Amino acid sequence: MDLDFSPVWANWPDLMRGALVTIEIVSVSLLCGCLIGLLVGIGRLDPRRRVVYGACSAYVAAIRGTPLLVQLFILFFGLPQFNIMLPAFVCGTIGLSVYSGAYVSEIVRGAIQSIDRGQVEAARSLGMPARMAMTSVVLPQAFVRMIPPLGNEFIALIKNSALVSLLTIHDVMHEGQKIISVSYRSLEVYLAIAVIYFVLTGATTYALRRIELRLRAGGMVQ
Amino acid sequence: MSATELEPMVRIRGLAKAFGDNVVLRGVDLDVMPSQVVVVIGPSGSGKSTLLRCCNGLEQAEGGDIRLCGQPLLEGGRMLPDARLNKLREEVGMVFQSFNLFAHLSVLDNITLGPRKLRGIKRGQAEAEARALLDKVGLAHKADAMPASLSGGQKQRVAIARALAMRPRVMLFDEPTSALDPELVGEVLKVMKMLAAEGMTMMVVTHEMGFAQEVADVVVVMDGGGIIEAGPPTQIFSAPTQPRTREFLQAVLKRD
Repeated sequence: MDLDFSPVWANWPDLMRGALVTIEIVSVSLLCGCLIGLLVGIGRLDPRRRVVYGACSAYVAAIRGTPLLVQLFILFFGLPQFNIMLPAFVCGTIGLSVYSGAYVSEIVRGAIQSIDRGQVEAARSLGMPARMAMTSVVLPQAFVRMIPPLGNEFIALIKNSALVSLLTIHDVMHEGQKIISVSYRSLEVYLAIAVIYFVLTGATTYALRRIELRLRAGGMVQ
Repeated sequence: MSATELEPMVRIRGLAKAFGDNVVLRGVDLDVMPSQVVVVIGPSGSGKSTLLRCCNGLEQAEGGDIRLCGQPLLEGGRMLPDARLNKLREEVGMVFQSFNLFAHLSVLDNITLGPRKLRGIKRGQAEAEARALLDKVGLAHKADAMPASLSGGQKQRVAIARALAMRPRVMLFDEPTSALDPELVGEVLKVMKMLAAEGMTMMVVTHEMGFAQEVADVVVVMDGGGIIEAGPPTQIFSAPTQPRTREFLQAVLKRD
């Protein structure tokens, strides 16, 4: 067996362009996913607020209970039946954001609920409204606890983004497959793609670790 | 106006509260007059912490009335709407057994957060006031420390300073020394005695009988969700009228 990586090197700029698309779509989805997750996570804190709690819970159940690929295909191939035709990149971003948001919401909820009730009581007893107690006291502390599980989620998001290649988005996976279709060098190209994803996830892990250490060095022992 | 005509700072009537089937307060009446120190004692589970927590709306009672500083907090078991409750809470300082300092903020920021966010005071002035309060509780040198680096006694003194920064008219203390190592209790009680001497109105739930004897104007004994006896400390400690008070005091004092 001989490995021939020359198609990889010959098409390296294409792969890099694809990697850039992957970074773009993941970055946007990550931001949107965190925003969705924050709102939904807070929406699921109090079951007594039935409508908000119910809606947020239904969202989480539906998104976590169905495959991402099916969700993406519904957006891209299903919605055109209603004459809703979104560009592939938009479909991919919405799909990944909504999917990631469901998981982030559980991270947010768990972190918030892990903060001692006494923190809220102290804030409220000073006269703070509930929302201020949340933003000034609870969330800053919960954020530190969110970082390790968010790292997991970001890495999952990066890897899951490979699925958007099936929506004709020219991400790194898609570019790789184009190279394979010409060169027939599947193993070499897929190995190269694996390395690129590994670098992306590794950089994410490293960045989050740095942020966490910096926050902990700030004196919060948790 | 003579002292008897003064309106109580805290006026509790018929306060009733249950957690499910478990009745914790069965119709409590209590007045705390301005500058008075009322110490609430009693066995655990007697409802004394719940009584205190009802006084700033941290617990919602189901029945009764509470007036704070002349304003209704609870009327016929209905609590004040949130916006006005928040405003009223600014008048009432609360000190917790477990300190509850904001873990992500320095000592100074713990104290200035309330005044800056709620009383609209500029950072510079809030910090100056906070440093003065820290000086008062003997912790001026800890302004920049994080709560996790403090001892229990230091944490509780910061918590007292944090409550005082809102310039409350009443201070509620919920077992402020129960979570402390014995050698750290004194430094917290000293600060509380200083406040009492300055004329602060205080309601204190505690197991520190020495503090009750020395500082209290009124000692209230609770058992089974009700007040079984109340009076000046000399009367409660030397001539209790209720057998249950005697039992409780014997059990507590024997421990010492």
